[in-house]
Order: sequence, then C-alpha cells, then structure tokens
Amino acid sequence: MTPLQIYLPIAELSVNIFLILGMGFAVGFISGMFGIGGGFLMTPLLIFIGVSPAVAVASVSGHIAASSMSGAISYWRKRAVDVGLVMMLLIGGTVGTAAGVALFTLLRSLGQLDLTIGISYVVLLGIIGVLMAAESVRAILRQRAGGKADLRRPGSHTWFHGLPFKLRFKRSRIYVSAIPVCVIGVIIGFLGAIMGIGGGFLLVPMLIYILRVPTSVVIGTSMVVTLTTMAWATVLHAATNHLVDIVLALVLMVGGVIGAQFGARAGQNMRGERIRLLLGLLVLAVGLRFAAGLFVRPEDLFSVRMLDQ
Amino acid sequence: MTKRLMILILGALIAAIAAPATSRAERLITSLSSHRVMITSSFSGDNVILFGSIERDAATVPRRGGYDIVVTVTGPAQTLVTRRKDRVLGLWVNFDSRVFVQVPSYLAVLANRPIEAIADADAQRSLQLGLANRVLPQQIGPDVADVTRSDPFRMAFIRLRKEHHLYVEAPNGITLLTPTFYRASIPLPADAAVGNYEIDVKLFADGAMIARSTSALEVVKVGFERFVAAAARDHGFSYGLTAVAMALVTGWMAAVIFRRD
Repeated sequence: MTPLQIYLPIAELSVNIFLILGMGFAVGFISGMFGIGGGFLMTPLLIFIGVSPAVAVASVSGHIAASSMSGAISYWRKRAVDVGLVMMLLIGGTVGTAAGVALFTLLRSLGQLDLTIGISYVVLLGIIGVLMAAESVRAILRQRAGGKADLRRPGSHTWFHGLPFKLRFKRSRIYVSAIPVCVIGVIIGFLGAIMGIGGGFLLVPMLIYILRVPTSVVIGTSMVVTLTTMAWATVLHAATNHLVDIVLALVLMVGGVIGAQFGARAGQNMRGERIRLLLGLLVLAVGLRFAAGLFVRPEDLFSVRMLDQ
Repeated sequence: MTKRLMILILGALIAAIAAPATSRAERLITSLSSHRVMITSSFSGDNVILFGSIERDAATVPRRGGYDIVVTVTGPAQTLVTRRKDRVLGLWVNFDSRVFVQVPSYLAVLANRPIEAIADADAQRSLQLGLANRVLPQQIGPDVADVTRSDPFRMAFIRLRKEHHLYVEAPNGITLLTPTFYRASIPLPADAAVGNYEIDVKLFADGAMIARSTSALEVVKVGFERFVAAAARDHGFSYGLTAVAMALVTGWMAAVIFRRD
C-alpha cells in the first residue's frame, strides 16, 4: 500500500514507479550510448517483474520509439544520419516484418514460440556478442601496437560490391548495391517481429562490418530506422492486439529519454572500438542469460499463463 | 399453576405445528464492507470485510458442537494453460501442457477451522469445500473433465496460483466473535481480474450443511484506468497513434532540454 505503487491499466499489475523509471533510465543509457533500441534488454526485464510477454513486447515498442527519437534528434543535428540508407533499409524492413509476423503466428499456433525465441536469442546474441567483442579487442590491440585502429578500409571490396543497382550513400561515403542494403532491412524486420526487439544491436554491427558505414554515421542512422519501425510497431500492436500499456510505456519513456541523453554523452567520450567491445560484452551477457534459461534445470518446471497471451 | 403450564405447552405445540419447518433452521445474514472494489492508479490490492450473524429463534434446535462457517469466493472465469518443462536434447523446453477451461481467476476458501474438522470427506467433495475438492476442468483431448487430486498439473496449478495470492486457503480466515457472529477478510491481490466475484457462505453444524447464503462483489476499473482500458479496447488505432505521439514528444522534449549548444 505504498504511495509509490502505480497501477498499470492494461498489464493489470501494480508496480513500483521508481523501479520502472530506473529500468527505463538504465536501458535508455545503454541505448543512447550504443545507438540501439534496447528492446532485447527491456522486454526480458519487464517479463521478469511480472508483465505478460505480450504486453511487454507491445509496450516496449513505444518506449524504444521515444528513446530513439531523443537520440535521433541529437544525431540529426550533428548531421550523422544517412537518410538514403534509412530509406533503403526501411523498404527491406517492411517486407521482413510482414514475413516475421506470419512466422510468429504460425509458431504460436504450434505452441513453440517460447523455445524459438529462447534459441534465437541465444544463437543471435551469442554469435554477435562474440564477433563484436573479438573484433574490438583486435582493434584495441592493433592500436596498442601502434597501428591504425580505424576499421574503415576504403579499398576493401567484397563479393557484393559486384552486384547491380549500385547506389551512392553520400553521408556514409559508400557506393554499394541496393540489394545487400535491402536484405539487411529484411533480416532486421524479420528478426525484430519474431524476437520482439527493435533490432538496433543487429543493425549496428551489420552496417559497420558488412556495408562498412563509418561508426559516426551508423548510430544516428540506426536510431532513425529504429524510431520508424518501433513507432509503426506500436500502432500495429495497439490496433490489433490492444496490448500497449500507455502508462507503463510513459513511465519507461520518461526514464528512457533521460537515460539516453546521458548515455549518448558517455558514448561520445569513448573510442569507437571501446564502445563496440562494451556492446559486444553486453549482448553476450544477455545471450548467456538466455542460454542459462535453456540449459540449467529451472527452479520451477511448471508455469501458468492465460491462454493466447 | 397447572392450568397455566398446560396452556403454555399447548401454545408451544400449536406454534410448532403451525410454523413452517424452516423457522427451526438457522438463517445466515451476511454483509460486505463494500460491494465494489475500485481499481484506481494507486490500487495495490484490497481487503473486503465480510461479516454477518447466524439467526436463531426460540424453536431452533440447540447445536452442541457449535457452528462452523466456510466462505468460498470465486472470481471471474478464465481459461489458463499450465506448462511443464522437460529436458529435450539437453534443453529445458515447455514439453507438456494442460489447458484449464473456465476456471476461477481468483478462488479463496476461508473457514473458522480446518475443512477436515468441519465436514467429512464425502461432504467436502460434494460441496467442493477447499481448494483440493474444487472441480478444475481440464481439456483432455476432445473432452473437458476434472482429474484426480494428485494430478501433477493440477497440483502445480493450485500451488502457482497460491504463490501469486490468486488462490487462497485460510482455515483461520473466519473469526467467530460470538458463537453466532462472524467476520472474515477477503484478500484481493493487485492483479485480481476485473469482473464479478461470487461469495458463497455455508453454515455447518455437526458436520452437516444447514444453511447457505450467496452474495457478490465487483472489481471495476474507474476513472483514468477505466478510460485507458476502454480506449485501448475500443479505439486501438487512435490509442496507438496517441502512444506514438507521446513517445515522439517525450523524446523531442528530452533532446531540447538536454541540448548543449
């Protein structure tokens, strides 16, 4: 009966307002620092405090939209957003989201959605976490040894540079085919719909390692993409499932946008490879947490949920 | 003297014959501290007080063993699924599940002493006294039926609901302030479902049910909470647009407030 408790009308749950604010702040800090939405952290956190997974996924999309908006404005002012790249990614993203939602519905009817989500988290976060951490450690070591830490090697060409429909993305200073850009968009949209995440933590490394977009433009670009997809996801979730808890989303947003500002500042004072190492370790940690859930015998083998939630 | 006694006995006899049989039995009078539990923004559960008395009249047979009361509060029905994890290829996955069809979202059994002391096993089962005797229908293939008490899914279901304070069993939940006046507190948790709650009060004496009364309370969202829930349900699209607008404004405001240049 403490006055700090607040009732969430859609989640139908009473929570401590400072706990939610704090969670929003912490995840917002991380999202501002790394240029990711933070859905892969926030959704499991909310489920952990008792919000049903469906309401958590739906409400987090609103929170991510707000954090991305605040970050996107800062990067926009610094001219660190590549609008052309954003457009091409969104075209692919729309297709991927539709395919992801279709598979989501199918898996839910088969009753194996939880397992799929668990395995996807472990595999994806594991691979990406290890790759990012290893690459950034190599970059740091190279720099220690006196070499250039900059990842961008303008001369390096891979097989997809031979693909047709080449486009010049001015701000990113890259000249690549539209095909790999669209494919990345499809993958992000697809995984985002299945895993209930914005996909920023996947998009950032893909832009860096595959498209060779400079780190300075990557974060701003990723934020605008995340903002657009998550705003759209919020409307879709609200219109179809009626599961967006506006009170929960608002409290998360307020904590999130403040956190994102501090995070963005902390991120600017750090070297690119350090940021990548930290993000890699964080992604890996969440992946390990999910792996533990799959491999360690759970304390309680039973669980009760509302049907169709 | 003898004449007066005669009249008295005769009067009592006439009264006994003329009065309907029910006047001999006890009547249960119950009342609630409130029939409406309102969910506001600061709602974090509530206790509804149930009180009442056992009405007797001069003709009521004396009860040597005293009275026992069992109150069963049943919340709105929900269909819930209980899942069990098992190890498959080294992974702990939801392997087996049971669907509990239209079972109470909330169920409280309050009594003045343990159910086993109040009624025998047959009566417990036929009157569904206590959580263990409650019928909880499961979907079994095309049929819906209850299972044995020791069914692991049934036991886990009741245990988990109890852990979340949604199922309550309190053998000391009723206080008999006098032999005929009782009081109970119905604990509603913060995540109690919205809807009608049936309250069933049963009176026992010497192991047999002798009276019963039913009542109800309603858990409702009011004010802002009701408005939000209704908007989310009835105007999903504009609700979503509002949420997005809120997100954009919040994000934009933070960017303006924290602008450094």
